[in-house]
Amino acid sequence: MSRDHLPEEHTGLAEMELHVRALRTVLEQKGYIDPAALDVLIDTYETRIGPRNGARVVARAWVDPAFRKWLLEDATAAIASLGYAGRQGEHMVAVENTESRHNLIVCTLCSCYPWPVLGLPPTWYKSAPYRARAVKDPRGVLADFGVTLPAATEIRVWDSTAEVRYLVLPRRPAGSNGLSEEQLAALVTRDSMIGTGVPKAPESVR
Amino acid sequence: MTYQSRADLGGQEGFGRVTPEGEDELFHAAWERQALALTLAMGATGAWNIDMSRRARETLPDYPALTYYEIWIKGLQSLLIERGLVGPDEIAAGRMLHPARPGLPLLRVTDVPAVLARGSPTLRPATVPARFAVGEPVRLRAAAVAHHTRLPGYARGKTGHIDQVRGVHVFPDAHAQGLGEQPCWLYTVVFTGRELWGSGAAANHTVSIDAWEPYLEPVS
Repeated sequence: MSRDHLPEEHTGLAEMELHVRALRTVLEQKGYIDPAALDVLIDTYETRIGPRNGARVVARAWVDPAFRKWLLEDATAAIASLGYAGRQGEHMVAVENTESRHNLIVCTLCSCYPWPVLGLPPTWYKSAPYRARAVKDPRGVLADFGVTLPAATEIRVWDSTAEVRYLVLPRRPAGSNGLSEEQLAALVTRDSMIGTGVPKAPESVR
Repeated sequence: MTYQSRADLGGQEGFGRVTPEGEDELFHAAWERQALALTLAMGATGAWNIDMSRRARETLPDYPALTYYEIWIKGLQSLLIERGLVGPDEIAAGRMLHPARPGLPLLRVTDVPAVLARGSPTLRPATVPARFAVGEPVRLRAAAVAHHTRLPGYARGKTGHIDQVRGVHVFPDAHAQGLGEQPCWLYTVVFTGRELWGSGAAANHTVSIDAWEPYLEPVS
């Protein structure tokens, strides 16, 4: 393949816009893509499938012990019961943070991520610094996110090297008794479900 | 011919700090939306499988210099050109110059929700019993292979134990080479940080990978 026909390194933004537009035009003229399908794909991941889905799963697990048990035993089925399933979440596993263990999810080989519950991976998740360091220096990575855990806490890093997709079930914040399931979901951040963060304090929704 | 993945980053030094971003920052340019949609729409045609697309991305010579959506676009072009679906001259010209390949299944707008909801499950029926059981020690293959693999370099030759048995899954090493699915048992294998990174690692730091049976050998 000739380099002449590919975008050069450090390509300017305008150049990349033109390049991708050219590729799209070729694919459209050849009848390989339905332009309306592209719009629906973008809209789906920009507005419908994102971390609020996962937050609802976590909040349900916090209020419903039977659901929590199901989630930890068969996450794919438990999550599907709330309507979230499919591409890049075909085989789900939920891992629970406890007082003694904190879980952190990474994909060192590419960008494997549980799309039905968290949507598209953030840029940092796909970046070299995160992929390189999460497995070797998880506490250093957590510090980059402003998170410090007690030295006694075990840190378990899950490298998503197959088609199993991991969701962290974070610990329910202290002082959150009396909050509704919806209020609890508002405490659940995307990063807390990857393991690079912890849920918000209950005061933020009172 | 040797195979070099440039995507195997686990444990490498020198990349610096992670830059966190807010939940609303999904794209940094309009073209990135198009890169996502084109990649998903062409993937849905079945002209290649996900392991072939990973192979195309991780072997890009300039992988380290590219942003992630640049990697996707370059990987997509590489697959399109390899299969003769699009010519390099067409991408340069920005228009069709050769006839399209007939019969490629089109992802229609009306099919998108069902296609996303179905996904591409990789679990297959077991035809042989699992060779390893939970708790058993295993050593990961030490040798490099001359094809796409999902065994990260930092785990090669290391000893861990079986944490979970995940069922029988499509084997990406074969699937990426067009050799069929060759499903085999998949395990979550857990290692101590010290086994992977030496005595400087914290005693309560553990790392797991998901590993297919051909990657594993028994520890006597």
